[in-house]
Amino acid sequence: MATKKFMYLNRKAPYGTVYALESLEVVLIAAAFEQDVSLAFIDDGVYQIIAGQNTDGIGMKNFSKTYNALGDYDINKLYVSEQSLSERGLSEADIMPIVYEDEDDDWAEKSSIKIVSNAELTKIMAEQDVCLSF
Amino acid sequence: MADILGANVDEEGFLVDLSDWTKEIAVEMAKHDDIELSDEHWDVINFLRGYFEEYQIAPAVRVLTKAIGKQFGKEKGNSKYLYSLFPYGPGKQGCRFAGLPKPTGCI
Amino acid sequence: MLHTVNKSSFERNSLQSCLDIIDEKSVILLLEDGVICAADNTKSSMLAQLAADGKVFALKGDVEARGISAKLAENIQLVDYSGFVDLVVEHGTAVSWL
Repeated sequence: MATKKFMYLNRKAPYGTVYALESLEVVLIAAAFEQDVSLAFIDDGVYQIIAGQNTDGIGMKNFSKTYNALGDYDINKLYVSEQSLSERGLSEADIMPIVYEDEDDDWAEKSSIKIVSNAELTKIMAEQDVCLSF
Repeated sequence: MADILGANVDEEGFLVDLSDWTKEIAVEMAKHDDIELSDEHWDVINFLRGYFEEYQIAPAVRVLTKAIGKQFGKEKGNSKYLYSLFPYGPGKQGCRFAGLPKPTGCI
Repeated sequence: MLHTVNKSSFERNSLQSCLDIIDEKSVILLLEDGVICAADNTKSSMLAQLAADGKVFALKGDVEARGISAKLAENIQLVDYSGFVDLVVEHGTAVSWL
């Protein structure tokens, strides 16, 4: 099977609607097909990977911990919109550390997070074979 | 609803409330499947519980295989070994014994 | 690329987010409540230049259903479902802005 480039576009905050969790579950399921997968976090989607989430008070699963498992599934390209962060008074420092182990570099731990400009996002998006929106 | 040592399980035998889990429940579930839990079984069960605690998901089989190999030695990092411990699948049966939900993407 | 927008610009920021990312080779198709962006209203200027360049389409059925056929902004091109398919074929990867 030829490898295709899949991008998952996340634009909603977690917990208020089910989009974020659904997206993450689809990503994990689809990971079995070993395609070239990347995730983009735009608009309120950036809140999906914000540090310090605590769901004790709302009785829901804190699935932010699950993003750190993505590296195990060979998913290590998480693009975060610089504009969406700054519009919300956020910066890279507010994002959870999400890392993967680079097989080709003696399993060195590297960040999966890439903060990108709109121009970079445009380019990355144009390279995709499939773009799935949540 | 069925139960194991008083804890509710769903139609596939997975715990309904993950906080009900005890070692005795794992032993009892295994006994139902004609398995006596060895140290090797416990290594996998404990690994699965740790993984779930950290990431809030049960790992896919290929992720489990890789991680077990890394932690317990290459000779154990293959599905043949894991299936020898859990003949109904390390994901499905192992996670059930470990008191985890069915792995995401596991049919 | 083909970008589809299915939310009104008065309800969500989907159209603005799409416009932030879109490149010069892309076209936009408005459908469902997204056709409200195609009406001549206080937010029409968001699309005016792209529409003038022939890059903005709206799904006819959704426009008619909402009674805005006679109130469309300038240069919006109406397409039916087979026109939708043609756009997908012509522009490749589709991105939906929900």
